[in-house]
Amino acid sequence: MKSLTSKLIKTVGYIIQYGCVVHCVSKYLGDIVMCSGRSMEPTVYSDDIVFIEHLSPRFRYISRGDVIIAKCPTNPKQYICKRVVGLPGDKIKTGFTTSQTVPPAHVWLEGDNRENSSDSRAYGPVPLGLICSRAMFVIWPFKHIGSFV
Amino acid sequence: MVSNFIKSIIIGLPIGVTFLDLIGYVARVDGISMQPVLNPDKSQTDYVFLNRWAVRSLDIKRGEIISLISPKDPDQTIIKRVVGIPGDIISTIGYKREVVRIPEGHCWVEGDHTGHSVDSNHFGPVSLGLITAKASCIVWPPSRWQYIRSFLPESRVPLNVISQVMASV
Repeated sequence: MKSLTSKLIKTVGYIIQYGCVVHCVSKYLGDIVMCSGRSMEPTVYSDDIVFIEHLSPRFRYISRGDVIIAKCPTNPKQYICKRVVGLPGDKIKTGFTTSQTVPPAHVWLEGDNRENSSDSRAYGPVPLGLICSRAMFVIWPFKHIGSFV
Repeated sequence: MVSNFIKSIIIGLPIGVTFLDLIGYVARVDGISMQPVLNPDKSQTDYVFLNRWAVRSLDIKRGEIISLISPKDPDQTIIKRVVGIPGDIISTIGYKREVVRIPEGHCWVEGDHTGHSVDSNHFGPVSLGLITAKASCIVWPPSRWQYIRSFLPESRVPLNVISQVMASV
């Protein structure tokens, strides 16, 4: 009986330990996520599984053309996958004659599928603090593997 | 002996980091923007416990003090009081519009020290996704040990809340 209890405690301890390691890796290094939605076609198709890394946003190493994952400005529980089109200070054409300058510490995000994407054209520049990670490549399904960046 | 020590660090570090991420951590408050609740006296700085568990679902309430990533500088964390939640109508102090309706997924934050605080009156509504924690108590110096209670000055209550109260009277 006693050995069973100690075994149980040991197992729970191991689960907590490995849970913490997994948490740290997936939060600070890299992770895999499934992207649903058609806003990034033809780069990422709906339900593709993508490898993401957290280092470049952490060290503010974001450049134009990167595909990033950010918290949605209008719904913080949802994540969006978009392409960085404008960096602070860039002038973005928003209409036929109108344009907007991206303010400091913000980026301009747009989906590759411009007809079917709610992005900075709808909610304006996105603060850098909302960017969580950079998408690196598609790992699943096979036919899309490594098909971007 | 040494390998044991290294081993315990390798095991302990992720546990510690996870604890700080999920439960909370202690941080120093800089500046005068939250006077008189935090840093009332220039000579000493307060340390507050930032509760991350309390904001895990992001259901913040008016009057709470929260910490958030500054929309002006992502490397800086600022500490402010929540004045308006999504849907509220705020009468602003020196913002480009006199009355603002808080859009979905945003909130209105202000420092208590009006005029000495860079807050929503300067940069507008902030996205809820920038919120990192809720300040729940002052832990240092010992003479200032206390829970931080939720409080909203009457003059800063959102207009839609005032009209609700009026209607119920």
